[in-house]
Amino acid sequence: MPIVKFIDLEGAEHTVEAEIGQSVMQVGIANLVPDLVSECGGNCACASCHALVDEGWLDRLEPPQQLEADMLTCVQDYRSNSRLTCQIKMRPELDGLIVRVVNNGY
Amino acid sequence: MKDAQDIIPDQAVGTVVIVGGGHAAGELATGLREQGWGGQIVVVGDEAHLPYQRPPLSKAFLDGKVAIEGLLLKPLATYEKAHVEFIRGVRVDVIDREARAVHLSDGRSLSYTKLAIATGGRVRALPGEDAERAVAAPNFHYLRTVDDALRIRESLIAGARLVVVGGGYVGLEVAATAVAHGLQVTVVEAAPRLLARVTSPEMSAFFEETHRRAGVDVRTGTLVRGFEFDGERISAVLCGDGASIPADFVVVGVGLLPNVELAAAAGLEVDNGIIVDELCRTSDPDIVALGDCCNHPNPVVGRRIRLESVPNAVEQARTAAATLCGRERPYHMVPWFWSDQYGIKLKSVGLCEGYDRVVVRGVIGAPAFSVFYMNGEYVVAADIVNRPPELLIAKRLVGERPVVDPATLADESVPLIKLLPAAKSG
Repeated sequence: MPIVKFIDLEGAEHTVEAEIGQSVMQVGIANLVPDLVSECGGNCACASCHALVDEGWLDRLEPPQQLEADMLTCVQDYRSNSRLTCQIKMRPELDGLIVRVVNNGY
Repeated sequence: MKDAQDIIPDQAVGTVVIVGGGHAAGELATGLREQGWGGQIVVVGDEAHLPYQRPPLSKAFLDGKVAIEGLLLKPLATYEKAHVEFIRGVRVDVIDREARAVHLSDGRSLSYTKLAIATGGRVRALPGEDAERAVAAPNFHYLRTVDDALRIRESLIAGARLVVVGGGYVGLEVAATAVAHGLQVTVVEAAPRLLARVTSPEMSAFFEETHRRAGVDVRTGTLVRGFEFDGERISAVLCGDGASIPADFVVVGVGLLPNVELAAAAGLEVDNGIIVDELCRTSDPDIVALGDCCNHPNPVVGRRIRLESVPNAVEQARTAAATLCGRERPYHMVPWFWSDQYGIKLKSVGLCEGYDRVVVRGVIGAPAFSVFYMNGEYVVAADIVNRPPELLIAKRLVGERPVVDPATLADESVPLIKLLPAAKSG
């Protein structure tokens, strides 16, 4: 199973196993990563699962679809490596993915 | 910091007992472990299921698009990883604060070090003289639990006549789902307009028009006086204006009552919900309350409120988990809600009250538009239709209270994000 490394708000690392097909949000929640939340349940509707993907991995992800891209332009503290983790599906090629949890304000 | 899954519960640390097994309880249980609670965590819920998402019960789940497994907040494996124990299908009957114990409906008692009350709410019962007989009818339904939704789903047969009592979110979502399945639907609402408690007259008119166009017979300002029966089954709904509406089945959604009786009986302060502070603490320092059942001071709205919403349950769970772990993480959420009806994805931000101006971006009734409610120079609430990104900006407009020019707000050539202070607009 591919591995995902989450870095939480306090800088602690959580290296966890992901199932193929799970979203990165689901992987984080299933593995008790602190402060990674989903209010809308994974529908690309609330951006509460916004996180930062390690720059080195950006090229290997499918680019955001239109709705996610539109949501990202409106998130607090938008960065060039911002993604909604509910929209990234785990694939074998993403083994080793690094994701930094951020504080999503309201 | 150790990973949460490496923790083995330490008896010496003590036990958190969580009363209730809904969304807030499920979030709190794992949140406690994530935030470092080293002792036992026990969830006592009266439903047979693990914590699940309720919003889809009147939408995708009712429509048959989602299975029960798809509703679960988290799989069982996640709770096992967090060493969260569940006692399901059992109620807490008594909280004994002196003995620091709860007594369960199966006769057992559990000692607690800290207690969390997440008892949620129950459907408001339909008043009226026939109500008791109606509730017992096999074709009468409330909608709060997955079991309720499964029963209603069985009745969604093309051509069947459904009468929905209550024109709130739940009733209207059921109506929309039923129409999509080819049913003949009537919505009966006592107030002069739909969604009267939660939105503006402008949005009420929009939803009424949408439902009428879809073929729903909408009857506002109409009281339910009683029912006609054919044996045990309801055959018609009788209205205050003398009308009799034939019905193959009835769904009633007339609001929620907070489950506060357990807390009140234990002597905790209760007033439209269990009274908590900004850290989710009740009047007992060892007891927190969270979710639909509690009444909290909301710094954004500027007064105490009780919210019935998933985002509120999630955020209060984070606050309550921190409190129980000895940290302070004050709750300060902009209230928001969502509803899906037909192709309309509505996001509501703030409380739709105390406004003196309505500003529309776009045209009400267009496939996508937003309505903002202003008090003086500030946006206090918004209804956003099919423009998900505007939800995020609306939350910040309501939460950060920048001065907003109504003309600019109405001007769609100006991106909404430009209304936020430049330093914070990213």
